[in-house]
Amino acid sequence: MKRFGLISVPYLWLLALFLVPFLIVLKISLSDTALAIPPYTPTLDLSQGWAGFTAWLSGLDMENFTWLTTDDLYWKAYLSSLKIATFSTILALLVGFPIAYGMSRAPDEWRPTLMMLIILPFWTSFLIRVYAWKAILSQEGLLNQLLMSLGIISEPLTILNTNTAVYIGIVYTYLPFMVLPIYSALERLDESLLEAAEDLGCSRLTAFWLVTLPLAKQGIIAGSFLVFIPAMGEFVIPSLLGGSKTLMIGKVLWEEFFSNRDWPVASAVAVVLLLILIVPIVLFQRNEEKQREAGK
Amino acid sequence: MRRLSWFNTVSLTLGFAFLYIPMLILIVYSFNGGKLVTVWAGFSTKWYGELFRNEAFLDAAWVTLKVAVMSSSVATVLGTMAAYVMVRAGRFHGRTLFSGMIYAPLVMPEVITGLSLLLLFIAIGLDRGVLTIVLAHTTFSMCYVSVVVSSRLVTFDQSLEEAALDLGCTGFEAFRLVTLPIIAPAVISGWLLAFTLSLDDLVIASFTSGPSSTTLPIKIFSAVRLGVSPEINALSTIMITLVAVGVIGASLTSKRAIVKRAKDEQEAIQ
Repeated sequence: MKRFGLISVPYLWLLALFLVPFLIVLKISLSDTALAIPPYTPTLDLSQGWAGFTAWLSGLDMENFTWLTTDDLYWKAYLSSLKIATFSTILALLVGFPIAYGMSRAPDEWRPTLMMLIILPFWTSFLIRVYAWKAILSQEGLLNQLLMSLGIISEPLTILNTNTAVYIGIVYTYLPFMVLPIYSALERLDESLLEAAEDLGCSRLTAFWLVTLPLAKQGIIAGSFLVFIPAMGEFVIPSLLGGSKTLMIGKVLWEEFFSNRDWPVASAVAVVLLLILIVPIVLFQRNEEKQREAGK
Repeated sequence: MRRLSWFNTVSLTLGFAFLYIPMLILIVYSFNGGKLVTVWAGFSTKWYGELFRNEAFLDAAWVTLKVAVMSSSVATVLGTMAAYVMVRAGRFHGRTLFSGMIYAPLVMPEVITGLSLLLLFIAIGLDRGVLTIVLAHTTFSMCYVSVVVSSRLVTFDQSLEEAALDLGCTGFEAFRLVTLPIIAPAVISGWLLAFTLSLDDLVIASFTSGPSSTTLPIKIFSAVRLGVSPEINALSTIMITLVAVGVIGASLTSKRAIVKRAKDEQEAIQ
């Protein structure tokens, strides 16, 4: 009985505040937009009993999903989010791997400090870290001032309010998520394996390719998902650093909801985004389970 | 002693420069006297003064702090319970669904979580305000707490608990007297994580807050959307400093604890 109480409290909390809200999103995505409060029909009216339920059920349709396929905006936004998330994941890997590798090769007594330096930005406000780039990337910003005073460019570059700024923002804010799993994979790497490979005639580069990289694989996979999944639905970075041409689905959902007040379409956008993300989320969890089993 | 190769030295230097230079620039320019944020006009602390005279910011900071304390405390209790269930309860009906609901919020895009919670609050007729933000924050941060706590519970020697039960403790006493002190560091870091997540959240708070309950991130976002402002630089500097002091302090304490434990163990052997 006591065990039942222990299980049921967090269980019911998550059912009520995580699962049920999703079912509501799903339901509203199948409803029609209305100029009312709440701005959708039909609403479930149980006071009429079974008749109310069937009336509600027959009012649901796939119209919003058809609408998503007919308007260019939505599928372009999904594709562009997919592209931005993929490229920034690759960039984060290219920037993050050398850092993780360097950390794992550093002297033992440096490692706690290096670790702290990677974790510190993670505790610092996300919003503030994105905002910091605004002053750097703008037309009269510090990057342009620096490049012009060095004589590298003569005209200021337009970086802020473009997709480039969005890439920089995503790589910057999600870098710790990429570095930490790779570091924890590389840290466990037994260095004698590399020595053995070199003794057996491998060059350092081949040893890296044949030994280090395969052993770091799960860290790389975990890090990539941890960047890709949140980047896909990102709202803050495209709205602060991106321009009017930057299309990302998180921003579209936000505007659909807050500006157009079209709740059914916003819900349909959310449902499709979730369907796209289910594959990477399941793959990510499977990778985590594999790692947990390997760690035992 | 190992030494870093030039390649590793370069990649670490560039990597940490990339991570820290933007924040350092923010801090330096918060002491800029001029209104233009990109042109240096002498040292001044006037923006800090302006910030502390700005009622709207102070109100928002107070709301944010209230929400963070309440949601992280409830989330710590619920998350610890959930971790206990995950690690100890064995098989029960609906376990797969339960673990799915623990892990899914960690990777769920915030716009979806925010939208779905708002639609729930409207469906049940709950007015949006501090309470709704607390409920929303508790829900996603309890999942983070449960992941942190369960990673500690997995390595915990269960026979200690069994010994306490054999010696006549009730289940709850065994938890309070034996388990809790041992998992306390994980519970505390879970609370801290929940607290910072709540302080930081813009998207979910925007969906679930009402007109009378603007949080600091919402306020910052609407201010910086239009451009860079020196007051926000001052505010950012305060926030970065607080976090830095906290993280450095915590890592020094844990380092000292590790050194002390190693020393104790050595003495015990001798």
